[in-house]
Amino acid sequence: MSDVHVSLRGVTKVFAAGGAGAVHAVGPVDLDLRKGEFFAVVGPSGCGKSTLLELIAGLTPASQGEIAFEGRPIGGRIPDGVGVVFQEDACFSWLSVADNIAFGLRKRGLASAEKQQRVRAAIELMGLQDFAASHPAQLSGGMRQRVCIARTLVMQPRLILLDEPFGALDQQTRLLMGDEVLRLWRQTGATVFLITHALDEAAMLADRIAVMSARPGRIIDTVETGWPRERDSRIIEQAAFGSITSRLWKSLREESLKTIGRTATA
Amino acid sequence: MTRVALYRLLVIVGVTALIEALCLLKVIDRITMPPPHQILRDLGIILMSGKLNAAIAKTMTNAVLAVSLAIMGGVLTATLLHGYRAVRETLDPLFATYYAVPVFAFYPLLIVLLGLGDAPQIMIGFMLGVVAVIVNTLNGLDRVPQVLKKTARIQGMGAVETALRVTLPCAAPYVLTGAKLAVAYSLIGIIGAEFIMSRGGMGYEISFAYNNFDNATMYPLILLILLVSIAVNGALSRWEKILLKRRGLA
Repeated sequence: MSDVHVSLRGVTKVFAAGGAGAVHAVGPVDLDLRKGEFFAVVGPSGCGKSTLLELIAGLTPASQGEIAFEGRPIGGRIPDGVGVVFQEDACFSWLSVADNIAFGLRKRGLASAEKQQRVRAAIELMGLQDFAASHPAQLSGGMRQRVCIARTLVMQPRLILLDEPFGALDQQTRLLMGDEVLRLWRQTGATVFLITHALDEAAMLADRIAVMSARPGRIIDTVETGWPRERDSRIIEQAAFGSITSRLWKSLREESLKTIGRTATA
Repeated sequence: MTRVALYRLLVIVGVTALIEALCLLKVIDRITMPPPHQILRDLGIILMSGKLNAAIAKTMTNAVLAVSLAIMGGVLTATLLHGYRAVRETLDPLFATYYAVPVFAFYPLLIVLLGLGDAPQIMIGFMLGVVAVIVNTLNGLDRVPQVLKKTARIQGMGAVETALRVTLPCAAPYVLTGAKLAVAYSLIGIIGAEFIMSRGGMGYEISFAYNNFDNATMYPLILLILLVSIAVNGALSRWEKILLKRRGLA
């Protein structure tokens, strides 16, 4: 039991939607994330993937069910030790790269030397040494996303939630950023929970992949990739990579058709 | 110098030269208006003699107080209103029509409430400036991306810390636009209030000079107000430009 880092039991989210009644967005979902694993979730557009991430982050409370992080129910509060990287550009445009990364440390009550050391380490880890004094407007989209990842890592989270973090990047940059995330995952030992719409991204990065149904999002399949911990984007050349993405698409195709109002044909 | 700055300078020089020519050719007679070079010389004489220093100091002190209160009050009010949608929607029509209200008509009431000192004049300056700050700050706060607010929540920040470290800094260019308008409106408020309810200050001196055909005092004081407004506005615009450039918006 001790290797369960996050557990979801019967988790459901229903949003009140004014005159249109309620919108059943997610669930019920039962899921265990193992400590230190890289877990990805794929699903059709609007199936509630991001809502599931926000439930785990404590950004929105569950309508029903229970979510526990390290054995303690989070109860709709943001638990300590959780970091989130969003798809949208979340850099603070008025701060330098170094100040962006140091942003969350102010609350930690750390000594100044410790803060500086952590920021320096995060800057080096993300290869931003030459841009510490720059402002986000001077950086490319990929580098701004690196700043956001560094800002999350500097807090030394035990659970990292990634909400389509490479969605706005081009394919080549996504592959390279994927390599960096895999390296950071190995170095930090954190559990990583990735939301993505890209099947190849999930197949390349994750140890396990959950497939969500069309709304209300439920988990309809879970795929073990069987990749070794030491891996990078070159695994896309392997035959197993094609098998994994094929299986994901097989599980997902009918659900994706539902979202555009069609049914699968033989 | 940028092309826009050059055009602005050319317009100012052109208009000044035109007025100078009209004055020298006596199309505009001296009782109506002295030529610009004379106004500038009279301003120098007034400043060197120090005879209106007390009036200038009073107006500028009151204007600084009114603008500061308008900016602080406006930012605080907008930040609070932004969290209460119903209250904001209730007040929206007031903000939309506020500048149609003749604030100066309240001066007897303000004298009754605040006495005969400087307070009613500062209040009028504040009242004219504060809504511009509120409206522009609300505009800026509306444009803060949700993802930044989520980031603040993830970092465990409360409402006050989020406002001070995330939403207000993000909305800063809009707050500055409000501040620029507040400087102009509050200065107009202070000078106008001195016209009608004061025994001192630049507004009073301009009014006194106007009633006594003293063009050698009236026009230089108007020019001084113009120069102060331009200088403050220019400084704020420069700051705004730096902020926008840093954010890749200029």
